[in-house]
Amino acid sequence: MAEFALPANSKMTKGESHSAPANAQDVRTFQIYRWSPDDDANPRIDSFDIDLDDCGPMVLDALIKIKSEQDSSLTFRRSCREGICGSCSMNIDGTNTLACLKSIAEVKGDVKIFPLPHMPVVKDLVPDLSNAYRQLTSIEPWLKTDKPAPEGQERRQSPEEREKLDGLWECVLCFSCSTACPSYWWNSDEYLGPAVLLQAYRWVADSRDDHTSERLDALDDSFALYRCHTIMNCAKTCPKGLNPGKAIASIKSDLAKR
Amino acid sequence: MSSYEITDHHYDVVVVGAGGAGLRATLGMAASGLKTACITKVFPTRSHTVAAQGGIGAALNNMGEGDNWQYHMYDTVKGSDWLGDQDAIEYMCRNAIPSVIELENYGVPFSRTDEGKIYQRPFGGHTLDYGKSMARRACAAADRTGHAILHTLYQQCLKHQAHFHIEYFALDLLMNDEGECAGIIALCMEDGTLHRFWGQETVLATGGYGRVYFSCTSAHTCTGDGNAMALRAGLPLQDMEFVQFHPTGVYGAGVLITEGARGEGGYLTNSEGERFMERFAPTAKDLASRDVVSRAMTIEINEGRGVGPNKDHIMLHLEHIDADTLHQRLPGITETARIFCGVDVTREPIPVLPTVHYNMGGIPTNYHGEVISPNGNDENAVVPGLMAIGEAACVSVHGANRLGTNSLLDIVVFGRAAAHRAVETVTPGAATRTAPQAATEKALERFNRMRNASGSESTASIRLEMQHVMQRHAAVFRSTDSLSDGVQNMDNVAGKMAHIGVKDKSLIWNTDLVEALELENLVGQALVTIRSAEQRQESRGAHAHENWPERDDDKWMKHTVMRLDEDNKSELSYRNVIMNTLSNDVAPIPPAPRVY
Ligand SMILES: Cc1cc2nc3c(=O)[nH]c(=O)nc-3n(C[C@H](O)[C@H](O)[C@H](O)COP(=O)(O)OP(=O)(O)OC[C@H]3O[C@@H](n4cnc5c(N)ncnc54)[C@H](O)[C@@H]3O)c2cc1C
Ligand code: SF4
Ligand code: FES
Repeated sequence: MAEFALPANSKMTKGESHSAPANAQDVRTFQIYRWSPDDDANPRIDSFDIDLDDCGPMVLDALIKIKSEQDSSLTFRRSCREGICGSCSMNIDGTNTLACLKSIAEVKGDVKIFPLPHMPVVKDLVPDLSNAYRQLTSIEPWLKTDKPAPEGQERRQSPEEREKLDGLWECVLCFSCSTACPSYWWNSDEYLGPAVLLQAYRWVADSRDDHTSERLDALDDSFALYRCHTIMNCAKTCPKGLNPGKAIASIKSDLAKR
Repeated sequence: MSSYEITDHHYDVVVVGAGGAGLRATLGMAASGLKTACITKVFPTRSHTVAAQGGIGAALNNMGEGDNWQYHMYDTVKGSDWLGDQDAIEYMCRNAIPSVIELENYGVPFSRTDEGKIYQRPFGGHTLDYGKSMARRACAAADRTGHAILHTLYQQCLKHQAHFHIEYFALDLLMNDEGECAGIIALCMEDGTLHRFWGQETVLATGGYGRVYFSCTSAHTCTGDGNAMALRAGLPLQDMEFVQFHPTGVYGAGVLITEGARGEGGYLTNSEGERFMERFAPTAKDLASRDVVSRAMTIEINEGRGVGPNKDHIMLHLEHIDADTLHQRLPGITETARIFCGVDVTREPIPVLPTVHYNMGGIPTNYHGEVISPNGNDENAVVPGLMAIGEAACVSVHGANRLGTNSLLDIVVFGRAAAHRAVETVTPGAATRTAPQAATEKALERFNRMRNASGSESTASIRLEMQHVMQRHAAVFRSTDSLSDGVQNMDNVAGKMAHIGVKDKSLIWNTDLVEALELENLVGQALVTIRSAEQRQESRGAHAHENWPERDDDKWMKHTVMRLDEDNKSELSYRNVIMNTLSNDVAPIPPAPRVY
């Protein structure tokens, strides 16, 4: 999957190598994609040897160690380091995932790290996600209802109705799924992609929202929705264990029932 | 310095920060028709609020126990060890109820009771009838309440078309000669351009500064940038010695296991398998206030009853709770325990340790969110044009120790209050305040110095040294000797900032530069924290002083107020704790011994 990460017309070159301290016992090599728009240089793969005995267990720990000790210009997003903010999504060992949840021990051999595939790269491991964010806004991801809430009270929702949102609302908007989807790679201008369709279904499924049919109308479009060919890379890759493919299937089935 | 091109933006209100506090303010302002900018260094839903787990406090009484906001207020004052301002606490606990209901109405996917109301669980320090029994007051969306609230607030801001400036790093406040705030200057990380945002009001909602410590539950981005901007503008920070240690950070990784886990029935044991909290807090036991539980754990470890080969941690048990409840109510921490310590919570306990979690201190404000800078005549003098809310602010509702669930509440209630205030004070479309060019030059000079810094010290090495000093000297228990060493050691660390080097010279997404700027912010706050701790000769809330083990209301029932000048010299003063309530519906709560 990683090959697709290249910006157009660029050939990857071998970059710098950084070695681990001489006394290191458990050395692992990290091969990391580097590119910056500052110069005309092609993207390169830098290689960093690090001592795993002196490093936390996750790939994010290794990236931070590299940035702290070997190359402070290495650029990536991170914040929570516990898989809840969705900042550190990238392609590790051929799979899109969150670096802070990916254990180094799970990777055999060199650890190869690329930005999320098929998104424009801003620098190194930082992709430009603006198209995905725009698509998120386009589905109007907020509660819509014409009924006012009971004065000074919550809208009631039974535990069973609430349970329908489980597996949907926990999404951290990391876009690992969308950027693992071949349909999204080729049609990201029109196809909303699994992450955004999961969000769309989150509102269709909410018993408090009564604009369901308007929402379904908006989704009933051969490109926005039906570009999903049930390849199911999304569910395989989601680091939060969610299943956007299933949500998409539910939208399709709600539409078929009309 | 004028070699930098600067883009100017004019708004009615400029909000810095898109965590729960910033978004709640932005939402309220945008929805009322004010032209509102929200500037944030991370995409809104990646703000640290997203990590909050256990719940948001409000006496909704959904569990039918007769809960009311007066009980909530009493618990909060007692939790604060009588350092909280009672007008602000009344405001928060009363407004908790409409504020949380509003959140539900906006679409927050709260867990539900059988009647379809918001589910509420017990949390540390929250009681019924002035301490008689534990209350179920924490409104929860499973154990991902912050995520649920933050995403919903962002969605509402989209609905109201607030203007977001995402991945913009705020550098400094733009202050004028009258001491008013006219806006901020920020770096656009994507292309390295500089921007000034001018407004009639500027709101700092930049969160806490947990990252001054080595081991904390806070995100990497919790560097308290707004606090540092205030310091550089000559404004004071308040009560910075009060740093909360959460009892249950995962041993080693530092990630949090919510107090909600104990709320659902979890308990702590020492190496002898003893439920030691029964000794320290006979009534509340494992649900005593956080400072109390963290101290008890530290004492157990110090007295040789820690668990593990190094006898250096404590065990948290959930394995007796039925699997359905764990799955429904605590799915997030079940996952966290598996990923970060390989523990299956249905079978084994989780190794935990008190871990830095929250900053009670921050920019002093009144309960409208307006920033206070005491002067000779008026200890409550307001800084025109500047507000602060959320963990960056010190309202002060948390005093010397925050209760769990009261921070999500604080950010929502005072984000909302700031919006109400702005609607009163800001005229849509009227002229923004101005600041002289010198204010911009000063900020640019600092930015430029850091960009071109070519010293031999790396950001990572200075940061690590600072974190170790703070971890060692401003910990759960403090002492005169350790604090005075800490003050000196921090001075040494601060001295190294003159020799920092930034390797990445690019202007595009330069995290090397941003981390160096963040470090400079952290160092200023570390200095104020350790110096504030050194001067307070008593024990109160999170400040437990071995040489001064008692609370001393005669001498010390007052807020520490500290400024820092350009040479890192501090100026210390005090403010009185506000003991009067806002209304006659509740009487001020007089100081009493704190027993759980
Ligand atoms: C793991 C964990 C669990 C918690 N659980 C609970 C709980 O269950 N209940 C509870 O009440 N509290 C909880 N808390 C505390 C609570 O989550 C925080 O105190 C609260 O979310 C802080 O919100 P905030 O809006 O003030 O700041 P944050 O959410 O930290 O947001 C800060 C914002 O400021 C922006 N920002 C910062 N600096 C700059 C800059 N220089 N330029 C531009 N933007 C900037 C950031 O981008 C971000 O948007 C928890 C805390 C942690 C660490
Ligand atoms: S569904 Fe999963 S992979 Fe897709 S954006 Fe959400 S959390 Fe990420
Ligand atoms: S750093 Fe937040 S998800 Fe990885």
